[in-house]
Order: sequence, then structure tokens, then C-alpha cells
Amino acid sequence: MKMNEAITLRKPITNQSIRIENLDVYIEDQHILKDISLTIPEKNITCIIGPSGCGKSTFLKTLNRMHDESPEVKINGKVFVDDENIYGPNVNVIDTRKKMGLLAQRPCPLPMSIFDNVAYGPRIHGIKKRKAVNQTVIQYLQYVGLWDEVRDRVRTSATRLSIGQQQRLCLARGLAIEPEYILGDEATSALDPLSTKKIEELFVKLKEKYTIILVTHTLRQARRIADHIIFMYLGKIIESGPTEEFFNNPKKQLTRDYLSGSFS
Amino acid sequence: MHSLRAAKDKTARYLMLGIAIFTILFLLVIGLSLFFKALPIMREKNLWVLLTSSDWKPFKGDFGFLPFILSTFYVSLIAIFIALPFSILTSIYLNSYASKNVRRFFEPVVDLLSGIPPIIYGVWGTLTIVPLIANKIAPRFVEFSTGYTVLAGGVVLAVMIIPLLISIMLEVFRSIPKEMTDASLSMGATKWQTVKKVILRKSISGIIAATVLALSRAFGETMAVLMVCGNIAQIPHSIFDACYPLPALIANNYGEMLSMPNYESALMFSAFLLFIIVVLFNGLSRFTLNQIERRYQF
Amino acid sequence: MKHLEEKIFKIIMICAAMLILGVLVYIIATVFYRGLPALTLDMITKLPGGGFYLGKEGGVLNAIVGSVYIIIGSLVISILISVPLVMYINFYLPAKSVFASLIRFSLDILFGIPSIVYGAFGFALMIFLGVRASLLGGILTVAMLIMPIMMRSFDEITRLLSRDLPDALLSLGATKYEMVKVILKQLMPGLVTAILLAIGRGIGDAATVLFTAGYTDNIPASLNQPAATLPLSIFFQLGSPVEEVQNRAYASAIILTVIILILSFSARYFSSKFSKHKI
Repeated sequence: MKMNEAITLRKPITNQSIRIENLDVYIEDQHILKDISLTIPEKNITCIIGPSGCGKSTFLKTLNRMHDESPEVKINGKVFVDDENIYGPNVNVIDTRKKMGLLAQRPCPLPMSIFDNVAYGPRIHGIKKRKAVNQTVIQYLQYVGLWDEVRDRVRTSATRLSIGQQQRLCLARGLAIEPEYILGDEATSALDPLSTKKIEELFVKLKEKYTIILVTHTLRQARRIADHIIFMYLGKIIESGPTEEFFNNPKKQLTRDYLSGSFS
Repeated sequence: MHSLRAAKDKTARYLMLGIAIFTILFLLVIGLSLFFKALPIMREKNLWVLLTSSDWKPFKGDFGFLPFILSTFYVSLIAIFIALPFSILTSIYLNSYASKNVRRFFEPVVDLLSGIPPIIYGVWGTLTIVPLIANKIAPRFVEFSTGYTVLAGGVVLAVMIIPLLISIMLEVFRSIPKEMTDASLSMGATKWQTVKKVILRKSISGIIAATVLALSRAFGETMAVLMVCGNIAQIPHSIFDACYPLPALIANNYGEMLSMPNYESALMFSAFLLFIIVVLFNGLSRFTLNQIERRYQF
Repeated sequence: MKHLEEKIFKIIMICAAMLILGVLVYIIATVFYRGLPALTLDMITKLPGGGFYLGKEGGVLNAIVGSVYIIIGSLVISILISVPLVMYINFYLPAKSVFASLIRFSLDILFGIPSIVYGAFGFALMIFLGVRASLLGGILTVAMLIMPIMMRSFDEITRLLSRDLPDALLSLGATKYEMVKVILKQLMPGLVTAILLAIGRGIGDAATVLFTAGYTDNIPASLNQPAATLPLSIFFQLGSPVEEVQNRAYASAIILTVIILILSFSARYFSSKFSKHKI
């Protein structure tokens, strides 16, 4: 495997856009997300904050159609990804999911080797040639900074990695399917501070090429890395805006209360 | 590329659906097949006569199933009568009193007991229980008994259904929310009072369902009972008489099945009877147990 | 006073538990006591010679091999049907589906059907298909008996699997079929447990093979030939008037019990190994 071959991240389509119009989500007749309309800024890190139970995770799942698995969830409204309503007719859910790389709260390595974990996505999406697969795997392991740590044991089980390494592995795995967007559902809440820092640095590096939407559990993280903040409460968007402005000059009283810690 | 993946996915889904539907229908298939095989004899003889007559003379064409039906019930009831107290006591002990180590020790024991093949129970019964009854127990009550009796069948069956009873009862006890038992204990009740007033009271329907399940298991057990029950087609008048439960009837006579007119149909009728009884008992008690599980898990 | 009642019952309870334990030990001891002397190497390596059941030489190799053939055949059929079904109920149907409950309910009832009824049905099926009392007949019938056992055990273990893995796979853009293939890797120990449980039940049962597998002193060379099984071999040897043959029956019983004990312990070992993986 030649290291000095020109390895560049294959550039995703330059026009990335997510636009949501009047999104309503009901779970078993409970109105969870109420009339959400917004646009996600391209190639930025957008953090969604809000007290627990306000619908952040539900919102994230609507972006990659993970609610398809649960018949008790009803979705109304339109979600335009790259100008196509992913809830429209004739939309292939696999294509939609391929555009979204999801990083979940608890790292979930697949029951296979480190190599196979990263190779899984490319393989199912059609890359069969060994050389191409190898290249992809090494490339993305390098990108998340894991390659040097695991190069000697890349064929051993992924479950033996530390939790921080596992999360980076999951990130590499998600990147390997070459998405346009990266979704993070409290992706660092299970990690130690050092691993958290590494992942946050990766996100900042990634926003060059990808549009990143993170559900964050701490205001501090949002402050550190977000370009754009969306504040949700009880299923509604209360306020949103660029980070600096949001933290320094919140417009709504509810926002001010939340930021000051009156409730969480 | 895309369409191949989608095609594989769809094929898999349809295959699985087919298997699922087949599973549900299988029960019906078994029942109907047995029914149709039993039809000849049901047509020839009056159903009422079949079920209530005691004349079993296949050569003459007399098929009275009463001795077998009653034998099945007697043996099973004796088994439950013996097994129930042991099972309840042991389950309570394991659930509320035993230390973790004792519990961990007992679980394999119960597993092992339920794993021993029926024929071994039959062997044990013949070696141990039958002589015990013939020589030590029966002489106190009746003049003579070979030992191959309803009682022998009952004892062997009892040991066989105890593991089942214990495992279901433990599950039922476990499903009682800890808050309830904690509340009772924190009010100053002793463990025993808690057991009596909270656990047992709340578990009554579960215990009944477990009993019904075990009963249906006892109805169908063939090998072990066959070896110790005497296999005489009579209505037993005491537990020291020989008997002839339905499964033993089928097992012992399958060789004769094709030799006489209606004999095969008669045996299939026995199988059908067993099937109906077991499905009813199982269905009812499983339904009850599911309700209990649902009640305590929202 | 309330304490006295408790003390008395506590003693009674311990006695009950001890008695049950004692019975288990007693059963195994009885069988070993009578059977061990007769357990020779011949028993497991030789076929029954002519007159075996009357005291002449031989062993129960026919039954050992017959039982093994039958159980392997039934396992193949059973696994091919059980695994897809359990995957379907757990990952293709929604969590609270009525259809899934219906399937599970049917499985519960099928689980409770006595083996003699499966034997009778198997016999009727064989007549319908034109199959003679043979290895094939035994395989089909035992498969019907062990399928609900395998399905139930595998289902219970699969239900415990956390949703993280399926979700992760689906978000990578895998189809459900692709996802299931990966999950099965994770569920392997559970499947092994289910298989071992099913073998334990299937190999020791006489009523299923009574009418359907036939009996022979030889090893079946094809699916159409009759096959001997351990439970039946034990049964026939017990029926002999010769005491030596009866002792050999107990020896055969030891062989059967040992096989099942090994399976039982292996199943426990595997299922505990499985739960160690889950965090």
C-alpha cells in the first residue's frame, strides 16, 4: 500500500443544502416537533441545543429517514436535501442515508475487524476492487488520526479499541461512504475529555468539505465549535443564529433563561 | 448495482414473510390432518360412544376411549398434586430467601432436570418407584399391586414437570415490581408475610397458568409413563391400579395400526384428542401469562 | 408467633429444594450405578450382533450413529427455517406488531405440543408423501419437534440485542437484508445456545421417532433406510429377559445422558459467554 499516492478526499458535490419546511413529527399521537422551518448553512457546523426531551434527536433522525423503521412515527412537511424532498415519492431511502454520515452517542463498532468496519460502507455501496477498498480505508483512518495508532492491528477486532478510538472509528466508517452531511447525536457525551477534544478538532477540520449538524449536550461544546446555533425547546425552534450573536445577544427571554442556567 | 441489492432485499423479505405465515398456519395443518385421519372412526361410531364407553376390543371393532381419557387425567392430576407443593415452595425459597450463590447453584440443577430425556425417567421409575410402590407403599392400602400403577406414573411425571413449574413460577415472581415487595417490607412485615400477602396473592393467576401448562405437558408425556403405568385398558379404581393413558395407547399400538380396519383411525383420534386438549390448555395459559407480563411492563 | 410460622415454612422450603436436588442426584446415580459396569468400549464402537437383545455380543453404534444422523438432518432443516423467522419477527416487523405477537403465540403453542402428537402427524405426513419409516421420516418429524424450541430460545436472545447495531448499519445505507447478515455474526453464541438446547430435546425423545424412523441393527446408508435411535435402543434392550442386556440398556442410558449433560453445560457456557459481550 503506497502511502505517497495522491490521497485526497474525494470532493462531495459543492452545492450542499438542507431546507426544512413546516416539519411536524408525531410519535404515537404526541406532537413532538412542531412546525419546524429552517435552512442549514452549507459547510458550517450547526449545533442544536436545548433541554433534554425537546426533540433534538427526533429532529436529527428525520434527516436520514431513520424514523422509517418506526410505524408509530408520523411525519408531515418537507425536508429538502440538495433540493429534493426526501419524503417525497420515488425517493430511495438508501441514497438519502448515503448522503448522511451519522455519529451516534454510543460508539457502535460493527462485529468485525477495524479494517472491515471502515470497508463495510464502501463495499456495500459497490466498491469491490481490493486496491480501491484498501485505499479508502487507509485514507479515512488517517484522516481521523487513527491510522498510526492501529496500523499494526488493523485486522483485529474493533471491539478491542478504547471508547475514544471506537468513536473515531465510527467517524471514519461514516466518512467512508462519502456523505455530504455529517450528523452527530451527542457524539462526545460518552467520551473522556481528551477523546472529546480529538473529535471536536475533527469536526472543525471536516467542515471544509461537509455540512455538519450536531446535537450537543453542553453549551460549552457549542460555544467551542459551532458556527451556527439552533435553540430548541419543547419541539419548537425558539431562536437560531450565528454563534457569537447567539451567545452575546440572545433575543428571546426563553433563550436568555436557558443560557443563564435557569433550566436545563 | 442498486437494483441487485434491492432485489436481494425484497426476495429475503418475501421468503421470511412466507415462513412466518407458514408458522401460523402450521398449527392448523397439524390439527386438520389429524382430524381427517380420525374421521373414519368418528363417522362409524357415535362420538359420544367413543368418548364414554369402556369397551376396548379393537378386534371386534369396539373403541371406547374412556379408560384412556380417564387414565390420562388421573395420572396427570396425581402428578400435579405432588409437583405443585414442591414447586411453589422451592420457587418461593429461590426467589425470596436463597442467597445468590444458592440460586446460581440451583439454576443448572433445574436445567439439568428438564434436560434429562424421558426414557431415563422411565428407567428410574421402573428401577426405583415401581418396586417401592409394590413392596412398601401399596401393601398398606391394598392387597396386591404390581407397582405399575397410576401412582407410579404420577410420581415420575411429577418429577418431570417440576422444572417447568419452577421456571415459570420464578418468572412470574420476578415480574412483580420490586416496589411492591419493598413497600410491604418497609412497613415492618416479615419476609414470610410479604410472601403470603403480596407475592402469592399477586401471582395466583400466574401460578394457575403455570399449573395448566404443566398439566398439558403431563398429558402428552409418553415414554416415561408408558414404562411404569401398567398399560392395562381399564378404568383405574385406585391409584394402585394399572392404567393406560392416551399417549401410551398410541405408542404401544402403532405397530397394529395398519392391520385392523379403523385401528389406525382410532389411534389418530387419540392423537387428535390430545392435540385439542393440549392446544386449548396451552393457548389459555400462555395468553394469561402474556397478560401478566404486559400488565407489569406497561 | 409470626416468626414461628415463617421458621417452620422456611425449613419445609429448604427440605423441598433439597429433595428435588436429591432426586436429580438419585436419578443420575441409579442409572450410572447399574450401567457403568456394562459400559464397555464395545458398546460404543460395535453394531449389535445377531441375538444382541438376547445377550450376545455387540454394541449400540447403530443407535448412536442413527441418532446423530437424525439430529443433524433436523438441525439443518430447523436452522434454515428458524433463523429467517426470528430475524423477521425482530427486525422486519415493527416492535409492537400484532403479526409478531401472533407468530410468537403460535410458536408457544407449537412448543407445547407433545412429541407423540408430532410423531402421529409425522406418520400421517409420511404416508401422504409416500415416505417409509426411515431416516428421512425421523428427520422430518424431529425437525418439527425441535423447531419451536430453537425459535423460542433464539428469539429470546435476539430480543435482548440493543438497537444500536441495527441503527448504525441502516444509517450507513445498508438494506435490511445486509443489516441482518451482520447482526447474525453478533448473535452467533445465542444461536449456538438455541441449537444445543434443541439437540438436547431432540436426541432424547422416543415418541417422535417411534413410528417414523423405523429401527435397524445397521447404520442407514441412505435417507430411505430405517435408522435406530438411542432412546429406542434403550427401550428395546430393557424389554429383554436377559439381565445382562438390561444392564447394557443402562449403559446405553449413560451414553445418552452424558451426551445431553455435555450439551446442557455447553449451552450454559455459551449463553454466559454471550452475555459477557453485552456491556
